[in-house]
This record gives sequence, structure tokens and C-alpha cells, in this order.
Amino acid sequence: MVDAKKYPAPVTNPETAAFWDAAKEGKFMIKRCTACGEAHYFPRSICPFCYSDKTVWEQASGEGTIYTWSLMRKSPTGPYAIGYVTLKEGPSVQTNFVDCDLETLKIGQKVKVVFKPTDGAPLPFFTPA
Amino acid sequence: MTIKGKAYIAGIYEHPTRHAPDKSTAQLHAEVAKGAIEDAGLSKDDVDGYFCAGDAPGGAWPMVDYLGLNTRKLRHVDSTETGGCSYIIHLGHAAEAIAAGKCSIALITLAGKPRTGAMPPRAAGAEADFESAYGATTHNAYGMCAMRHMHDYGTTSEQLAWIKVAASHHAQYNPHAMLKDVVTVEDVLNSPMISDPLHRMDCCVVSDGGGALIVTTPEIAKSLKRPLVKLIGHGEAMKGPRGGKDLDLTYSAGIWSGPRAFEEAGITPQDIKYASIYDSFTITVLMQLEDLGFCKKGEGGKFVADGNLISGVGKLPFNTDGGGLCSNHPVNRGGMTKIIEAVRQLRGEAHPKVQVKNCDLAIAHGTGGLLGVRHAASTAILERV
Repeated sequence: MVDAKKYPAPVTNPETAAFWDAAKEGKFMIKRCTACGEAHYFPRSICPFCYSDKTVWEQASGEGTIYTWSLMRKSPTGPYAIGYVTLKEGPSVQTNFVDCDLETLKIGQKVKVVFKPTDGAPLPFFTPA
Repeated sequence: MTIKGKAYIAGIYEHPTRHAPDKSTAQLHAEVAKGAIEDAGLSKDDVDGYFCAGDAPGGAWPMVDYLGLNTRKLRHVDSTETGGCSYIIHLGHAAEAIAAGKCSIALITLAGKPRTGAMPPRAAGAEADFESAYGATTHNAYGMCAMRHMHDYGTTSEQLAWIKVAASHHAQYNPHAMLKDVVTVEDVLNSPMISDPLHRMDCCVVSDGGGALIVTTPEIAKSLKRPLVKLIGHGEAMKGPRGGKDLDLTYSAGIWSGPRAFEEAGITPQDIKYASIYDSFTITVLMQLEDLGFCKKGEGGKFVADGNLISGVGKLPFNTDGGGLCSNHPVNRGGMTKIIEAVRQLRGEAHPKVQVKNCDLAIAHGTGGLLGVRHAASTAILERV
């Protein structure tokens, strides 16, 4: 039995604490600006597009498609696949792909969020849908 | 206001070392500073501007003190930190300061020892909790760019390999190069996969070392005995995922820094005789050639193939010292050596086997940070007078 990979616990801060509180309940949150209507990730209090402070938390579907990926084969902790997922809601997010054959990932492939535990709040990852 | 023609590069020095376990990082800074000052025919007490980045131990004020610069005279400092392209940005900032009369002899230094020991980690950005666990490294961040470029434009590993092949053709003449063997496309494709789709030979070397520049006024440059190389255009830019909207990893911030520099210089990419292009990875070169306008977006693969970047063979000789892919990559930061080889070419001091004939216009371009995550870019256009 291989030990599960150990991930670092998020430090968190007042701006992002709600994201991590929701993650503990298995919810993947994004921020949306009620002034310009745009969603963004990672979450900020001020909208990076229109600079309005009227941003609100929104639970995302957790579904998206692979924008790009790369399988890191030379790593002291073993191979891992990094990439970006374009969420159904629009924003693209950096992540790792897990719980699948890393050799068979494809751009455009449908994926869904899955949380992995840390010593603090769990971290979002993506796996084939 | 423009910096066109307001500043000259009067001194250059590239440290010959590629592995320096017996030296301190500050010592390497001092050795390259001394080398560039002597190359210009000046004294350290003439320096009145100092520029350094995150590799300088303690930052600007400890370095100014350690280097023994003349603090009665020193009146301008700049420690802008934009990773590997910091020194190309410093060159532009030095020209701005010189044009504004804030200094007249600027020293820029880079040095460090990543081959001897791991570099200290950078301070965390606001994104840390949302990214650091995913293990973005140079290899996989550039791998992600290459993967998407291949998807969108049909770029191939063979085409990327040609960039390494060209660099190796040049490195065979550089006695200081870490990798002097000429390699083939097959050699690159047969080297181990590091982070898909980049092979080991798509990656640059890791080396200790450094380099330095002296930038000065036209009047002082003309009073010295070195060939005259002036800065005629400069650009800088930054790019990141910007909240994840419309993510496109197939172009870099060079798409903005390049046109800014060409516009200031009043020339086009077709006028360039020699190009120093940051080659942290083969894909870095391909994307930047497109972004700078040497070919259309998506046609970089075709442009670099069949030896088009080899001096004396192709249309755009690049990185004639062997670049980061073969010669060195001091402190994991390629911007300084890009400027130095461009100056050598304009002076006619490159190795005779790779010297570009009638080289009167050159470009030095680089990026800093991670192309696949967030990064800076800077472009300098240089002219032989």
C-alpha cells in the first residue's frame, strides 16, 4: 500500500477564509462580481476586471474541461500531472489531476473537482468525470 | 520622451565559471562587476548608478557596500526583480535614469550558484494557497505551454528539437559551454521525457556564474576605447492568468514588450541581424519568436525548423554562445547573458565561426517567472554605431 501523497495545509487569510470553510463541507467556491457579472478564481475581494468591491461567493458546479496539462515525470515525490481546468462557470484554475491514469489525460477532457485532505482545510483537485 | 540613443553599453563581462563551489555569491557579483568595469576602461569609483535583482545577497544596499562602490558619488539604485529578465529591464531603467540625468555610469550585476546548492524560495504571492500545492516548476509550467501550443497550432517535438540543435551548433565553438557536443533532432527526441511534452534536451542547463554590464551616456561611451553599442528601443510587460478569464498559454508578455521596443527603435523584426532569445526551454524560444513578430503566431515551429536559427545557415542566427540550452544559465536567470552575447555580436567579438557578418542591429529578449503561470518579459534593441 502506497501512502497517500501529503499535501500542505492552506495558510488561509481573512480574504479567502470562506473558500476554505466551504471546502471543509465539500463545496468548491468561486467569486462573482455583481457589478460586471464576471466570475474569477482564485478569489479576491475586489473584482480584478472592474475593480468593484461587490464580489460574492458562489458555489461552482465543480465541472470543467482540461485546458492544458503536463505530466512531471522527474520528481522526488513521484510523477504528478499539473494543468488548468476551465470551469463550466468560465474561469480557468490551476490544479493537479488525480485518481486516474496520468498517461491518458487529454486537452478538452471533462473533469470534476475532488477534495484531498491536509492537516488543515482540504485542497481541490480534479479527476476525469 | 524616448530612451532611443540616450544610453550605450560600454562594458560587458560574463563569468567563465559554470560551477563555483569555492566562491561566495557576493564574490561572484564582485568578480563580474570588476570584469565589466575593466572592459569599459573605467574604475569602480566612476560608478554612480547600481542595479541588481533578487540574486544579489541582501539586496542593493548591502551589495553597494560590499562592492566598495563610491557612496559619495552613487546617486541612483534600482533593484527591480522580475526573475530572469530583470537585467534586460535594468538596462531600460538605466537608460531612463541616464536620459533623465539621474546617473551617468550604471553598473548592473547578476551572480549566483544554483548548481552548487538550491536557491532560496521566493516570497509567497497572494495565489499561494490556491497554487503552491500543485507543484508548478519551470519544467511543467513550460510543458503546459508547449502542450497547448501543439494542440492549437500543430507544433511538433521535432520542430522544438531544432532549437536545441541550433544552440548546440553554436556551443561547439564556446570553450566555456557546459554542453559542447553537436546534437541532432533524433538525440533530442530520444532524450528522456521530463515533463510532457518536453524532453531533457528541451531544457536548459543549471549553472553557477553571472555577468555584468556598464551602461553610460553617449559622451562617456565615445570617450572610451570600446566599440560603440547603443540602446535604441526597450519594452517591458507582464502577464498572468488574471482571474482565470480567457486563459491563453500560447503567447507570452513578449507580445507587448516586443512591439513597444520595435516602435521606439523605429525598426521591424525583419531588420534584425542577430537575436538573443531567452532559452530556458525550447518552447520559450518558439513562443517568443512568434510574440516578437519574427513569424506569425502558430508558425514558430515551421520558422525554427531546418536550421533557420543556425549562424551562417539560417535566416535568424540566435544565441551564438550556445545560450541557456548549451552554454550556461547563471542563477537560473538568462537575461544577462542574452544582452552580453548581443553586444559581442555588435562589437564583432563573437567567435569567428558564429559571428554574424555586418551585424548592426540585434535584439536581446527574455522572460522571468513561469511562462505557464505568471511572468514578466523585456525586450532590448541594440545598434552598432
